[in-house]
Amino acid sequence: MKLIFEKSQAGRTAGTLPSYDLPPAEVPEELRRGEPPRLPELAEPEIVRHFTALADRTFGVDTGFYPLGSCTMKHNPRVNERVVALPGFRDLHPLQEEDGAQGALELMWRLQEILAEVCGLHAVSLQPAAGSQGELTGLMLMRAYFADRGEAEQRKFVITADTAHGTNPASVTMAGFELKKVETDARGNLDLDDLRAKVNEETAGLMLTNPSTLGLFDEHIEEVAEIFHGAGALLYYDGANLNAVCGISRPGDMGFDIVHINLHKTFSQPHGGGGPGGGPVAVRDILEPFLPAPTVIRDGNEFLLDYNRPKSIGKVRGYTGPFGVFVRSYAFIRAYGPELRRMSEVAVLNANYMLSRLKSTYDLPFERLCMHEFVLSARNLKRDHGVNALDVAKRLMDYGFHPPTIYFPLIVPEALMIEPTETEPKETLDAFCDAMEKIAAEAASDPEMLKEAPHRRPVRRLDEVKAAKRAIVKYGFDQHPDLRGERAEGETVEAQKGA
Amino acid sequence: MRYLSLTDSDQEAMLAAIGVSSIDELFQDIPERVRFDRPLDLEPALSEPELVAHLEQLAGRNAHTGRELSFLGAGIYDHYVPAIVDAILARGEFLTAYTPYQPEMSQGVLQAIFEYQTVICELTGMDVSNASGYDGTTVAADACYVAKHTTGRTKVVLTEALNPQVRQVVKTYAPGFGLEVVEVPHTDGITDPDDVRKAAEDAACVIFQQPNFFGCLEPAPELAAVANEAEALAVAHVDPVSLGVLEAPGGYGCAIAIGEGQGAGNYQSYGGPHYGFIAMRSDYIRRMPGRIVGETTDTAGERGYVLTLQTREQHIRREKATSNITTNQTLLALAGLAHLSWLGPQGLRELGETCMSLAAYAKDRLGLPLVFPDRTTFKEFAVRAGRPAEEAIRAAREQGVHPGYALKRDYSGMEDALLVCVTEKRSPGDIDRLAEVLAA
Repeated sequence: MKLIFEKSQAGRTAGTLPSYDLPPAEVPEELRRGEPPRLPELAEPEIVRHFTALADRTFGVDTGFYPLGSCTMKHNPRVNERVVALPGFRDLHPLQEEDGAQGALELMWRLQEILAEVCGLHAVSLQPAAGSQGELTGLMLMRAYFADRGEAEQRKFVITADTAHGTNPASVTMAGFELKKVETDARGNLDLDDLRAKVNEETAGLMLTNPSTLGLFDEHIEEVAEIFHGAGALLYYDGANLNAVCGISRPGDMGFDIVHINLHKTFSQPHGGGGPGGGPVAVRDILEPFLPAPTVIRDGNEFLLDYNRPKSIGKVRGYTGPFGVFVRSYAFIRAYGPELRRMSEVAVLNANYMLSRLKSTYDLPFERLCMHEFVLSARNLKRDHGVNALDVAKRLMDYGFHPPTIYFPLIVPEALMIEPTETEPKETLDAFCDAMEKIAAEAASDPEMLKEAPHRRPVRRLDEVKAAKRAIVKYGFDQHPDLRGERAEGETVEAQKGA
Repeated sequence: MRYLSLTDSDQEAMLAAIGVSSIDELFQDIPERVRFDRPLDLEPALSEPELVAHLEQLAGRNAHTGRELSFLGAGIYDHYVPAIVDAILARGEFLTAYTPYQPEMSQGVLQAIFEYQTVICELTGMDVSNASGYDGTTVAADACYVAKHTTGRTKVVLTEALNPQVRQVVKTYAPGFGLEVVEVPHTDGITDPDDVRKAAEDAACVIFQQPNFFGCLEPAPELAAVANEAEALAVAHVDPVSLGVLEAPGGYGCAIAIGEGQGAGNYQSYGGPHYGFIAMRSDYIRRMPGRIVGETTDTAGERGYVLTLQTREQHIRREKATSNITTNQTLLALAGLAHLSWLGPQGLRELGETCMSLAAYAKDRLGLPLVFPDRTTFKEFAVRAGRPAEEAIRAAREQGVHPGYALKRDYSGMEDALLVCVTEKRSPGDIDRLAEVLAA
């Protein structure tokens, strides 16, 4: 389909502005724009059609089942969109005086209290913009904590699991720490012997997802916490998989000192094609002084922004965080109340049901009950028929499903990481499992057809090698190259991801 | 529970298939002592009508810009958001999709990001834009990281007339990045290129804002030139709404352009979520943080779009990545694309000119001493209220007008200074009202 620029005609416009009878603006010649930006020129009807056509070529949770492991693609309640658009929230300026923002501050304070209760921790900062920024904030808190104790030079290393999301090691580097990796044992837990050998007085802390990216709860979490706390180090909980344990087990009770929460996963902020998100951080009392400023505090019936935080790491984002995300997440949690536990129960039930249906057709690397997601391997199809996880993923599209996460975690070959979430009906889970079984049968009967999947999408498999080599990252107008004439650069790369 | 489809008979059948007798049994791998043994201490569930009523009550206690006639800006602006933006963002396919890891499922959102990248490059005069950053503050930290790795230097120079929120965030990131932050003071509201010249020696980058935090127009070409002379990357933090009127950073020698996108397509929303943008010359493309969409072809030779240059990114490069960014702000960036498409080049220029004319009218009409009288300003300007700023604000708000931002919150010597912002939504009549209230 055409780009919006290819539909543009000089002289067309959709926008109208008020016209005031005022003298024209005077811009100094040397600062005045020379060439105007080549923005699209279309009237409103064609703009609406353009974006409607783009929406038609996009698959969301509203379209169908989206079991993208580690991303918690649950239904996004529409009432949340209604309340976030209330003018009192939508049109509120972030620098409005506190007495003119009491409703917003109360909502934030209430959300802080709720998240502290769910995490079993003492204090919360809502400021981080996303999970990855929550991680980085958590590591900055570690850094500030050790600096305050005079151990900044000594505590150099942060430990992650070999199953960790790619963001974990990237955040370690950005926070100025060095990385050490710990292996996974035969049951999918952290390898305690490897851990003991690597944790010492130079360790700042651990970053762990629990349940892990294998969808398994670490059975030795208490020993893990003892090892780190015994060495004077801290434990950081990556909340990517919090959807499994709300009201069932709390990170603070597991021994974690710092938690980030993905509001766009567990608490239903719509994923928006890749954002916005929200990554609040909850901490144990010893870390509270270091939280980003400002936090929201309550003084009687008044809610205030507390900037007076001398040990704070500072601001990690503008203003007080992604407020619209807080409104949606708060509304989501208030719809559940204490029954939030039921959300996690059903998420875990749905995942285990699918696992029970699929484990005889695909390889299961760890023979255990799962939590809210599970990881299968397509290595049996690869070995027997030359069909890999990517082929399975692409074929699932033909059956009307978004594929699971593939090739992650890295320690499982041909990984298929499936997370149904709690909002899917049993009929959908069954239909997906039926499709997975059919695809396994097709792998035996017609492997070539799978290699060419998808067959029913607007495009066929895309040449990622050509994309990276040519690096065409914007429209070139009259200089735009026609890649159709260029030969394929190579096989499609096996996409990896890190949720 | 209204968001769950599970029936009792479903549950029974599913537990039987799994081979357990209860839901609790599914959690057997969680050690006994870390199981949570009481109900969550949360308020009772609310039905949908109760929920809406509760949130309406909270929203009703906020003095939003439909209730107070607002002249607050200082980085977040009450520009008009066209109706098509709401309509497009309400499409469930955009709203409920995730990062387009599987391009065959996501051609629409991928093409939209490619179009967004093009629009940002056109606005800024740069070669490559990413798919968006968190906001206008974190993209400055991203720019510092790029500059450090490009130049091998560890000092970053910020102008004092750069938005304080941006400076604070850069300072928070700096220790982890191993960066030293140096700030260059302003001289009567703008930055003196000679001051920057000294600071820029051995610097990785110089970040300045155009128009700056006080609304004044910086000598941007000279600031970029002194950064370039020192072989530091020149980074301009720009307001997208100004770029139909003011020269693009690419037009005066900048290496990187960054900014807060909110004014183009996003509501104020008490500070977020919004989108930040970052665009740069093609020399630095391999150091760009975050997602980038590129054009390619499918196996049938047809045009299509994919996430590209992913070997920069955390899910492949892990601890050696250019950034830890996973989530970006696609939906908000899509709003920006829709808004800028609605305006077109002509509309964007008219919008900038209208804001500037209104601000000039306001300067004149208020009749208060200007803090920086000799400066050309865009849509904001600083005045002396003749009494402590918080008093002026309190008195005006009692009459339903928010007169602007108290600069003393960030700058010394500004006890009575108000930063007044005028967008196209404020009419000359509204400005007359502000003048009346401030004169009282």
